[in-house]
Amino acid sequence: MAVKVLERRPLSFWERTYLPQVLGGLRVTWRNILRPSVTLQYPEQRPTIPKGYRGVPTLVRDPNGREKCVSCQLCEFICPPKAIRITPGEIPATAETAHVEKAPKEFEINMLRCIYCGLCQEVCPEEAIWLQNQYSMTGTTRAEMVNNKARLYELGGTLPDSHFKWDHKKAESERQAGGHH
Amino acid sequence: MVTDNKPSLVALNVDGVEYQVSAGANLVDALASIGKEVPHYCYHPKLTVAGNCRMCLVELGSPLRDRATNELVMENGKPKIGWQPKPAIACATNVSPGLHVRLDSPTVKACREGVTEMLLLNHPLDCPICDQAGECKLQEFSAEYGRGYSRYVDEKNAKPKHTKLGPRVTLDDERCILCSRCVRFCNEVAKDPVLGFVNRGSYNTLTCFPGRELTNNYSLNTVDICPVGALTSTDFRFKMRVWFLKQTSSICTESSTGVNTTVWSREGKIYRITPRRNDAVNDTWMSDSGREILREVDAAHRITAPQVRGAAADLESALTTAGEILRAGAVGVVGSGHQTIEEQRLLTHFTQATQAKAYVPARAGSADGLLISEDRTPNFRGALLAGLTNRAADRDLSALKADIDAGRVRTLLVCREDVTTLGLDATTLAKVRMVYLGLHNDATAKAAEVVLPALSVFERSGHFVNCQFRVQSFVRAIPGPVGTLPDVAILARLLGSVTGQPAAFDADSLWKDLAAKQPALADLSPSKVPSDGLIVDGSAWANLSFPEGKLLKFAPATKA
Repeated sequence: MAVKVLERRPLSFWERTYLPQVLGGLRVTWRNILRPSVTLQYPEQRPTIPKGYRGVPTLVRDPNGREKCVSCQLCEFICPPKAIRITPGEIPATAETAHVEKAPKEFEINMLRCIYCGLCQEVCPEEAIWLQNQYSMTGTTRAEMVNNKARLYELGGTLPDSHFKWDHKKAESERQAGGHH
Repeated sequence: MVTDNKPSLVALNVDGVEYQVSAGANLVDALASIGKEVPHYCYHPKLTVAGNCRMCLVELGSPLRDRATNELVMENGKPKIGWQPKPAIACATNVSPGLHVRLDSPTVKACREGVTEMLLLNHPLDCPICDQAGECKLQEFSAEYGRGYSRYVDEKNAKPKHTKLGPRVTLDDERCILCSRCVRFCNEVAKDPVLGFVNRGSYNTLTCFPGRELTNNYSLNTVDICPVGALTSTDFRFKMRVWFLKQTSSICTESSTGVNTTVWSREGKIYRITPRRNDAVNDTWMSDSGREILREVDAAHRITAPQVRGAAADLESALTTAGEILRAGAVGVVGSGHQTIEEQRLLTHFTQATQAKAYVPARAGSADGLLISEDRTPNFRGALLAGLTNRAADRDLSALKADIDAGRVRTLLVCREDVTTLGLDATTLAKVRMVYLGLHNDATAKAAEVVLPALSVFERSGHFVNCQFRVQSFVRAIPGPVGTLPDVAILARLLGSVTGQPAAFDADSLWKDLAAKQPALADLSPSKVPSDGLIVDGSAWANLSFPEGKLLKFAPATKA
């Protein structure tokens, strides 16, 4: 292969003194020393979370305290890194929400796998899984980084609901109870 | 129904394209045979035609003939087609020569949209909690043929949500679309007419006859044929979504009928077993008791690890000890109709190498005339073909007991049979050194010196030969317990320890050996066995008396 030798331009006198570069650097330094500070003293100071932020996925309850997840496993299906693992279960017939029939027995999200993509929230037909503002997940073991059902509800809390579709369904079936005759 | 034996073909014109389909076939099946789907709910190829869902409405026509001359009426050089003024249901139409069908005309589309909209009027739309989601015809056809939104403004009907129809079937009446498949199944196939509809109009409800329950041993087939999530299996209900489950073709081991099944598993756990269509064996049905066999995998009494003299051992040392015991000579062998033909072939080699006499005990039970036969082993015919035995199954092991008592048999290799239930009591077994390749921790396992874990039908692959002498293959669905080997590998090691030479146990060499030794299996290899099985010549054993009586698809040969 042919080799082309490039001739380097020789440095000028000022370039050999380095002084213009030193002064240019000091200009940047002084400009920033005089500006107001942007550094947050984390963890004492916390950033403001913008709207639509995708933090740690959580499970939420409706304002009446009903767990919204019905363990349809669509989030488990859509999850690209396979971080979600659900064990479906049946709601006992004696429970107040027995008409919902189905709820997760266990719900695990492995935060070592989660990529915070938000597909689980998007696919959820019950609006039960939300990526909220929690952004800091730390742990000293792998097991600690797997959020179980109890932890997911603790993180998620309660979100407002505009449908109350299951309450509506229960009320309607009670209204129609006893048949049409 | 499309029959296999050279049907006469007729021309069927679908949306202007000519196809050849078998004459007289049901139009839904005929169109399916050329890859055209007609959406339908109530029609089932193995049940009578009810024609009540109206989803399969199509436009029909046939070439017009001049009434005076009986000549075809021509139009632009082609026969003129007389289209029926109203759409007709495809499921109640049989193919006639020259039949013309329109599948995607505006009328047909409007029909499907209308039917779908009406079916969804009172449907709860609870797909997120419905077990049928993913295999629901209503879900699929609503997406494909529905209008996509509802114009219904009134309140939906509330109907009973969890009715226990029987010990294994739970009914959700709100989801029912009243196709009557389950009613027809109970009337026509199970002959247990307990289901029916009550009330009228939109209050029409599926229910069980008062004081009766859906208890028959075929009740779970109603769950399989239910096109929606109305009938659900109480056992499988809310356990797992079907799209996570891997489907594996298997064979039911309940009896010698050899029912074709599909095993649904996820990550080494089996969730359910459903029938696989085989028109020559089980149509589309299977028994409830056959589905229960999946419990055997995780049963508490399952042998999961090798034992030597009652203590857990690793497989290597257990196989070495077993080899030492079996090399001592005076061996008796108890084979099983639960072994695959490959395992039986290896066991045949073992009996020849040790000059042992082989016994294949019978496991008799009562038959139901449908899919459960008297012979409760899936593969006794395989033992005949493999050369393990040439007589009818041994009713008990009294001959072996006599041999043991006389000291002619001092070591025993038992495969998959609890010999204590076959006439060998503890005092007899105390006289022999026994190697047991078994599935369950039964009395035989307790009496055995070496216990080797066998694998269930779901954990190994192989071939069974059913009562029709039909060779059928089944495939491993889940891995066996940690530290176990397939039965063929264990048998090959035992054979190797008595012959001193390693024995091959791969399917190819076993089948080459079978094909060479057994004329009925000549030229046969696993790749030549189709998914619905292959009948081989069993006439060599025609004079043996087999226990099977008449079944759904099997009639015993009449003796001349």
